[in-house]
Amino acid sequence: MPRSAARPFARLIVLCGAAATAGACDPAASAQAQERSFPASVPVGGGGPHGTTPMTAQRRKMDELKIGIPGPPPGIDAAVWNAAVPEDNQPTQERIILGRALYTEPRLSADGTVACATCHDAVHGFIDRRPVAEGIGNNLGRRNTPTSMNASFMGVQFWDGRAGSLEAQALLPIVNPIEMGQPDGEAAVRAIAGDPAFEKMFRAAYGRGPNYMDMGRALASFERTLIFLDAPFDRFLRGDEDAMTPGAQRGWVLFNGKARCVACHPINAASPIGSDERFHNIGVSARHQNFDALSSKAIALLEENASPTAIDALALETDASELGRFLVTRSYADVGAFRTQQIRNVGITAPYMHDGSMMTLWDVMDHYNKGGEPNRFLDGGMEPLALDEGEMADVVEFMFALTDVRFARENQAEMARQREVARKQRPFRDDDMAFRRRLAFDGRQTR
Amino acid sequence: MRRTKAAKRTKQIERTERVERAEPAEPAARAEPTARGPRGRIVGVETRYMEERRVALEGLRGIDRRGFLRASAAAAAAAMACGVAPHSFQPVRVAFAGERGRERDGFRFAYISDSHLFEEKLNDRFVRALLRAVDDVNRLDPQPDFVLFGGDLAQLGQPAELRLGAQILRSLRAPVRMMVGEHDWYLDMGELWRDLFGEPTYSFDHKGVHFTVLNSILEEDFWSERGLSPMERMKTVAGLDNNAQRPFTVGVEQREWLRRDLAGLPSTAPVIVFSHSPLYKLYKPWNFWTDDADEVQALLRRFRSVAVIHGHTHQMLTNRIGSIHFHGMLSTAWPWPYAPEGLPEYTVQMSRPDPFNPNDGCGDGQVRVHPDGLVDKIYQLWNRNPITVTGAYLRSARRAGRPPAPNRKAY
Repeated sequence: MPRSAARPFARLIVLCGAAATAGACDPAASAQAQERSFPASVPVGGGGPHGTTPMTAQRRKMDELKIGIPGPPPGIDAAVWNAAVPEDNQPTQERIILGRALYTEPRLSADGTVACATCHDAVHGFIDRRPVAEGIGNNLGRRNTPTSMNASFMGVQFWDGRAGSLEAQALLPIVNPIEMGQPDGEAAVRAIAGDPAFEKMFRAAYGRGPNYMDMGRALASFERTLIFLDAPFDRFLRGDEDAMTPGAQRGWVLFNGKARCVACHPINAASPIGSDERFHNIGVSARHQNFDALSSKAIALLEENASPTAIDALALETDASELGRFLVTRSYADVGAFRTQQIRNVGITAPYMHDGSMMTLWDVMDHYNKGGEPNRFLDGGMEPLALDEGEMADVVEFMFALTDVRFARENQAEMARQREVARKQRPFRDDDMAFRRRLAFDGRQTR
Repeated sequence: MRRTKAAKRTKQIERTERVERAEPAEPAARAEPTARGPRGRIVGVETRYMEERRVALEGLRGIDRRGFLRASAAAAAAAMACGVAPHSFQPVRVAFAGERGRERDGFRFAYISDSHLFEEKLNDRFVRALLRAVDDVNRLDPQPDFVLFGGDLAQLGQPAELRLGAQILRSLRAPVRMMVGEHDWYLDMGELWRDLFGEPTYSFDHKGVHFTVLNSILEEDFWSERGLSPMERMKTVAGLDNNAQRPFTVGVEQREWLRRDLAGLPSTAPVIVFSHSPLYKLYKPWNFWTDDADEVQALLRRFRSVAVIHGHTHQMLTNRIGSIHFHGMLSTAWPWPYAPEGLPEYTVQMSRPDPFNPNDGCGDGQVRVHPDGLVDKIYQLWNRNPITVTGAYLRSARRAGRPPAPNRKAY
């Protein structure tokens, strides 16, 4: 019943549809819409359901990665670490073991095919390498799977920050109808409750039988061990000048200067993953046909009827997913804004952006170089960057130096693959805009 | 069992939808279901939805078939008149109806101010910002009666800056009323500005309200004896915190013009004045100041309701002196900090703008004019939710309708 109960909001969708038609008179917007197509998934050859790596192989990989150790990893400030761990869920070996077992347990999903690790595949840097996630019944979601690596350092979870902790985040996909599809938490608990191994692990971890809240706590405890902060970049910062290539070193200078990356991706002892923990509209949504109309309509709704009903309906059933953080805060500052992603291990977590619309880091550079996609709510910090090809290659090389050494082999392969893809296609490249030969508003002033 | 129930529910919903189309004929009859149930418990989305339907149905009970058809036709016609397909979402249709209803009792105009344009080759950020404001205003539905441009279109009075600004403002759908700022004036003493936009001092009547537009940025000659070039003069005036220039005035000539302009009006006539600088004395070192403000206020004092809408200060700024209400406009280019002293107690401060977001604290907005001349000032802050400072708040001497604080924490 929950899904069909939302159907009456079909009229809301009609409304948004009408808005889209009204807004479609902007020829530039519709041209962009026609050009837009989701890139293919990065080839993985998993073998498990939904193309994932079989769980046995993933568990082997986890052993290899030497994760699952409680306590702060070396080199991380204790204060930064403690801020990420809640009082009532201090990680113990028992909790981490339980969390890892749950993380790789497909029985938690309604049809027994989807575990956390299905989309957060350990072999591929804890992502699925798809533009958007695939859940039970081969349902496609609307957002790209972020990596679980270093997720404990994120202040809020999900692309729109709608979960405030790893504990809260871990439980939501289980009951999301198109992800793991359980009707409620109890159903997920029932699915494993009869298993004596789980019964034993729960008792050891939390001193009581299987229950939903402890499931979230255990998953969070496990995820807090997914720390991948030992990259060539870190070794370079510690004084090993040969750890990064000269190109990557030039890229680091550009990162802090001309390319303006550091404005939103500060990377330092207090912010080890390179995110300002804020939400920005960089214009990715604006490539979608009806973004502008959708935002106008959402704002009209907000002004006239800010009831949760109206906003929920928008979020559940329409392209309003593209409004991002706005749906959480209903603040104008957040229209089309998404969380600043971490830049750690970015080399092995393609495709990029909240909708997985960018295949390579060259695409990402092209997007920023042209100053993002113009739209009314574009973040004030977005500017054309005037980076030339060599400079962009340097920044890309720097980004590949942010991958943990445990994924060095995958990183090399991915850099070669992306270079090859970028040699053939650069769909977002726009040198005229990047070098301000054409300004975002040119062509509008001729009236 | 579950399936049957769901099917039944779907049927019921279909029925509800049919009846609902009749609703806009009597939108006011509909009670608003609340998000909280008995004992303040949060009620689920579905429950509230069904409750909404129940209320809607009850409101329509007793309408026979003929009445229903009549109501449907009326609703469809109303919807078409609003440019909305008859099967689209009802609350927005009601919203339009509500807006139209308000229009009958007054009107709205929009404002854009202080764009400080450079030539786009030197700085395209401010150009983008002005275009965003134009987009904002062009998207208003219904359109405002006119758009006030609040002065300081250009940064240094350059011909290229003024022409660029004129070109951009031409893309506004609603008519534009221009006001001059010191940044537009002191290179050629307003010569090009006048060519482009006409005389800076004028008045007009609109829907029973008398509007007068003043040039309040006139300064005593400080440049001749120092032998300054026009560009040196311009740059001196453009500097905010310097002692080299003189304070702004409206001047004897314009005050005399104003006296004659207002002479025929009864004291009950609603008057709205546009001036670039605030027509009161706020902070002299920054020229947030009009030196002959007292004399100007004396000419306005006899009216029961006067609103002064000014630019220059680039911030949310509210004041009241007797029956005169003062409202500052936002800039599209940058926000100024508040003056270190003398801030009027009526002002609800926008908190310090986010230094990481150049749009924050900037914006545009609207003014809603009530039939009695009382104005509500809407600040459309780009990085925040809009804030309305109502005339009622001012008239009640801050006792009623205090505007909410901006939705950004102070640093």
